[in-house]
Amino acid sequence: MSALGLRGPLGYRAASGWFAAAAFAALIAADFHVASLDPWADLRRLLAGLARPDFASLALLSVVHTVAFAVLGVGIGAGAGFLTAIPYARSRTLRVLCAMLRSVHELFWALLLMQVFGLSATTGILAIALPYAGICAKVFSEIIEEADLSALRVLPPGTGTVSAFAYARLPEVAASIRHYTLYRFECGLRSTLVLGFVGLPTMGFHLESAFRQGRYGEAAAFLLAFYALIGTRRLWVRGATLPFLIGLSPFVLPTVAGSPDIAAGLLRFLTHTVVPSPLRDGALLDPATWARLWSWFRPILTGQIVPGTIQTLVLAQVALASTALGALVLFPLTARRFTGPLGRPLGRALLVVVRSTPEYMLAYVLLQLLGPSMLPAILALAIHNAGIVGYLMGRHADGLAYRPDAPSGLNLYAYETLPRLYGQFLAYLLYRWEIILREGAILGLIGVATLGFYVDAAISELRIDVAVVLILATMLVTLAVEALSRALRRALRIADLPTRLSRPLATDSGG
Amino acid sequence: MRVWHLAAAVLSLLASGPALAQGAPAQGTPAQGAKPPLVFTGIPDQDESRLVERFGRVATYLEGKLGVPVRYIPVKNYPAAVTAFTNGQVQLAWFGGFTGVQARRAVPGSRAIAQGAEDAAFKTYFIANAKTGLKPGKEFPKASEGKTFTFGSRASTSGRLMPEFFIRQAFPGKTPEQVYSRVGFSGDHSRTIQLVQSGAFEVGAVDYTVWDLDTKAGKVDASAVSVIWESPPYPDYQWTVRGDVDTIYGAGFTDRLRDALIGVTDPAILEPFGRSRFIAVDNAAYAPLEEVGRSTGLLD
Repeated sequence: MSALGLRGPLGYRAASGWFAAAAFAALIAADFHVASLDPWADLRRLLAGLARPDFASLALLSVVHTVAFAVLGVGIGAGAGFLTAIPYARSRTLRVLCAMLRSVHELFWALLLMQVFGLSATTGILAIALPYAGICAKVFSEIIEEADLSALRVLPPGTGTVSAFAYARLPEVAASIRHYTLYRFECGLRSTLVLGFVGLPTMGFHLESAFRQGRYGEAAAFLLAFYALIGTRRLWVRGATLPFLIGLSPFVLPTVAGSPDIAAGLLRFLTHTVVPSPLRDGALLDPATWARLWSWFRPILTGQIVPGTIQTLVLAQVALASTALGALVLFPLTARRFTGPLGRPLGRALLVVVRSTPEYMLAYVLLQLLGPSMLPAILALAIHNAGIVGYLMGRHADGLAYRPDAPSGLNLYAYETLPRLYGQFLAYLLYRWEIILREGAILGLIGVATLGFYVDAAISELRIDVAVVLILATMLVTLAVEALSRALRRALRIADLPTRLSRPLATDSGG
Repeated sequence: MRVWHLAAAVLSLLASGPALAQGAPAQGTPAQGAKPPLVFTGIPDQDESRLVERFGRVATYLEGKLGVPVRYIPVKNYPAAVTAFTNGQVQLAWFGGFTGVQARRAVPGSRAIAQGAEDAAFKTYFIANAKTGLKPGKEFPKASEGKTFTFGSRASTSGRLMPEFFIRQAFPGKTPEQVYSRVGFSGDHSRTIQLVQSGAFEVGAVDYTVWDLDTKAGKVDASAVSVIWESPPYPDYQWTVRGDVDTIYGAGFTDRLRDALIGVTDPAILEPFGRSRFIAVDNAAYAPLEEVGRSTGLLD
């Protein structure tokens, strides 16, 4: 907690200033045109619907599917991540592979997997499991690296690797890994909603339909049910219930009629569909083929990748700055010192609502109200991420030890709490940066011209080869921002502060 | 130790996951012999509740006529319908003109077998928000230049391909993005109407049958949005079937399927389609759309 005292070559103030300046520049480049001539009529209907949730239309089976997809997707992802975590630190190939897996959004995975597996449970599970395996491998490996080695040192000579791991390392890390996996499950629930938007029968399927057709009462019922699911997660997802959840989930997966020929489909996908069209039937040794490839690629680069990347970065920058402001306002709402015993549960409930509303859904609704511009996407990302950062900061604020004569209210906030937590605050923001970017890219699917916008176009034109190139470009941009964020955190000497939501905090009783 | 249990459980699932998913469709109705169900889909071009109603009735009807189980699977967007057709999840689909062309190019041997009587000469309506002051006319509404404009789905024929073609014709050498101050894709025709009605976009291009159905359903506020132009006719929606259905369901199945579709007389089936009846059609009828697709750069 002494990070504040250690001023590195880059100070908090300078870093914050640069980010604010970049966000300001991006603000000028961003498109904020509010196009809706009469948003109020729709907003009134929305509020009227939300005030009267239509619980009769709640498809209970979709709730079951939502949980099953999340359990299996996260379970398989975390399982694969755990196995990968052991050799992760030693294998560069594995690290690159995991980075690639996790930098592609679940929605993009689902769109690609659908080409082969169709609308099926396999598509849904893999779309979650693949990126989550990449994330879990990295985080579990960090947890293993950070663990106390003293037990390992007292093992008798000649102890096997597996025994050493199982008896000396695993007990050290099991709690953290379990904690992280259970937290990931919450993210998994949110990810299943996105699967609904591409057609798998989760709650997202019904939410999308209800919002699209303006059946807001039904949408409200699904949203409230979803909040309840997330809000009560700690009660029903715990070590003891996990075997039941995992055991039951395969049997309650949705059954979608029709099964594509997976073997033939996979072969065709790998040898034809994703191969750039000029290479499909051109001779590879013929220079003309490569000239054609370049003339195929150049317009994609100049007309889609470059403008899409710029828009994605602009969106992410403004959303990040808005997230920062939002989190600064929100976090006192969940901190004991600022709200008292009565206000805090309310603040927590508010933040559960704010952070469990999927940004994709939020952007979609805001698009109806504000018309097509970058504004809905920015607001959606900022609201969602400010909810998350605010919640984490609130927990840290509760963990601070104050002097008995500490001031209260704004004085406490401005002169003690915030300065003491500022490094932590920056660490969270820098960490959210790449996540915001990843999500900003997919918001293109609802019409902002980020990289996802062009992916959507390519898939609509059945140019899967182009879509794959664009997804790879998105991946590179995400990885670059991730590297920059890591470098900045190191320069600010906040690299060792927790950025994961799951790391048990001193005040965390949910352990 | 729980982590090991978790890892073990997860591993066993990893092995069984795909198998489960594949086994799933076998749960259909086994009473009707060993034939796998005929699965079909349709492009989600309008409100989902109407789609479920319309395709549910088609499934029941075809099941009775063909003697094989028939299942409808809903999809969320146009490319998902085409993908389900190309990867073999569905054998039959109600496609728009352009999605049909896409699907048949990707699946050799597949055939367009029936279209609505109205689809031989389909139309697009250009609609405008009342606040734009745009007036209906016989010629392409060139006064819409500089306004905000929304297509339907990106892969829609009446909501994208043909309107884009007419826009490019009216403004030679310009793309829609250069003609209009902002170009959006609403996703489906009902949404296009809502967005133009709410003013989120000033002008839009919409399937005329959906406009008529939504008007009849009382969803269109005539004081806020109106038709300003009716496009020249072109071929649109059709039933397309995969070439391998005859080997699965027996020789002549494609013909029986086409006859069953053409034989629909029940208004309860036809009315949700906004069609008076279905008529026979072939792939060649859609050659003009392929040409348009190439000229607008949507097809290679």
